[in-house]
Amino acid sequence: MTGPDDKTRLKLYQLMVELRDFEQRAYDVFMENLIKGTSHLALGQEAIAAGFAVAMRKDDYTFCTYRGHGHTLARGASMAAAMGELLGRSNGMLHGKGGSMHLTDVTRGAMGSYAIVGAHMPIAAGAAWSAQVRKSGQVAVCFFGDGTTNIGAFHETLNLAVVWKLPVVFVCENNRYMEYTPIESVTAVEHPAADRAAAYGLEAILVDGNDADVMYETASRTIARARSGEGPSLVEALTYRHGGHSRGDPASYRPKEEVREWMSRDPIKQYRERLASGGIDEAMLRKIDDDARQKVDLATEEARNAPPARIEDIESQVWSDGGSAWRN
Amino acid sequence: MAELTFREAVAAGIAQEMERDPTVYFIGEDVAAAGGVFKATVGLLDKFGAERVRDTPISEQAIVGAAMGAAMTGLRPIVEIMFSDFLATCWDMIANQVAKTRYMTDGQVSLPLVIRTANGGGSRFGAQHSQSLENWAMAVPGLKVVAPSTPADAKGLLAAAIRDPDPVLFFEQKSLYGIKGEVPDGEHVEKLGTARVLREGKHCTIVALAAMVPRALAAAAELESIGIDATVVDVRSLVPLDTRTILREVRKTGRLFTVEENPRLCGWGAEIVSIAAEECFDDLDGPMVRITTPHVPLPAAQPMEDEAMPTVARIVDTVKRAMR
Repeated sequence: MTGPDDKTRLKLYQLMVELRDFEQRAYDVFMENLIKGTSHLALGQEAIAAGFAVAMRKDDYTFCTYRGHGHTLARGASMAAAMGELLGRSNGMLHGKGGSMHLTDVTRGAMGSYAIVGAHMPIAAGAAWSAQVRKSGQVAVCFFGDGTTNIGAFHETLNLAVVWKLPVVFVCENNRYMEYTPIESVTAVEHPAADRAAAYGLEAILVDGNDADVMYETASRTIARARSGEGPSLVEALTYRHGGHSRGDPASYRPKEEVREWMSRDPIKQYRERLASGGIDEAMLRKIDDDARQKVDLATEEARNAPPARIEDIESQVWSDGGSAWRN
Repeated sequence: MAELTFREAVAAGIAQEMERDPTVYFIGEDVAAAGGVFKATVGLLDKFGAERVRDTPISEQAIVGAAMGAAMTGLRPIVEIMFSDFLATCWDMIANQVAKTRYMTDGQVSLPLVIRTANGGGSRFGAQHSQSLENWAMAVPGLKVVAPSTPADAKGLLAAAIRDPDPVLFFEQKSLYGIKGEVPDGEHVEKLGTARVLREGKHCTIVALAAMVPRALAAAAELESIGIDATVVDVRSLVPLDTRTILREVRKTGRLFTVEENPRLCGWGAEIVSIAAEECFDDLDGPMVRITTPHVPLPAAQPMEDEAMPTVARIVDTVKRAMR
């Protein structure tokens, strides 16, 4: 594998750093008790989001889960609007109606973050079906966790997507834990997605989800296959959550040795070293680091200063006429 | 005017809209080659081809989910869920995804899709293939809910549902598929959210839906012979609900009866009764009475099933005793 060119690599690095800094800031703001409810951070899983986002065409579709801040931002959605949504502000991406688990920006192809495990898989297949019959050449990419592989919608969707040869790429982010439970303790096979691929006549694709180059190459290959009409792919990317399942989960169920080992394989740290040893100027990398921090600072400031979500919006946008009337 | 069966009118409504709008697609189990298990989609595959009329596996979540994804991205899909009882297998898709995504994204997406389903009892199929479930749908904000009672409305309301920019659950009562009725020639489109007064009387107002409408009309004819003159209103659309027409007819007679195929608790009639209690209490001359299936799963054997659902005799008897 020759790997992506330097421009692509810098883009991958920049995206990963931005997603990392945003999630870290979301955690900090959460600890300040400014974010209510819950949030599911993707700290440590940035290479998958970046690898795919960089490989996607602008008009391709992303469908992701409640652990979806990174996937949404990776498509170019506004960081201030994302932070505003987490904070319940009127500048929020969904004006306060969705919250952390539902970030969506359809203008960027970020078609939604879905909070019921597996529910977005058939929806992504449907977007791919639409692209197929409209002959638009668009591809849908659907990200989900290892726990999703044990739910019915996973199997219904893979079967339908293969039978209809849909232009969709399913990406299992196997971070080894189904919420608090080790995935291998509740799954019939060792690799929850890759070992199931054969059941749907698909190639078993098992890759290092912490390696941005590998993710970019995998994304490019599977997206090209979908775009050329050869049908869906199922990717299993091995990765690790740096934190718990959601806020308030210290993840103490994970063995210390395992955590240590995976932290040493931090996707950003690894990638930075690779770029530096590959001849990329340290100053350039530092500038990316600084710019990302500044971008997150500005976004946080904008969201903190925005007024709260508007009470008068409670009864709007149930229907396409903008309202919510159910009677005359 | 042509005389069509209810099932032919359903197919005619789909065909009318597929001809008019190339973004309308239709998928479901056994809907294409087989023409539907209730034969309500016969001829559509031949007319529109295998890309637009497509058989699916038995995968209700995938069917409804795929329709939602397609509706978000430029198509106007129609899906068939063979029996309304099977809505339970894809209720996450309907109640959590389809119904909420527009609101949760503050209007970033529209979901112009129709979920057609065969609903209700009278076929001796037992409790898992006979439920009348429109009240499930009515309880979820974000879904429109329609249930026609005649072939003309099957076509006209289905066409309106397909053209509607929001998700519509379209309930087709199994016991009505075989009935015949006049259907207007040419393009026929009704308006969602409009009830229809089928009979005007002086003494009481009977409000019914779908298969209970012909029973309410038959009951009204019998009641007339014993001197009770009843208005009959066909609700047609539960969401949006035409409370203006319904309350107007209740005010005129001062008495309200609802005839519901669903089991007792939380049926649509309870909502109408509660609205009437709040908004036209002073016009009422007596208690409002709901006539429903008892709160039991529907039994299979003919005499049990027939007696469980509201019969013409039970409607007549209930109204007669209440009006005494």
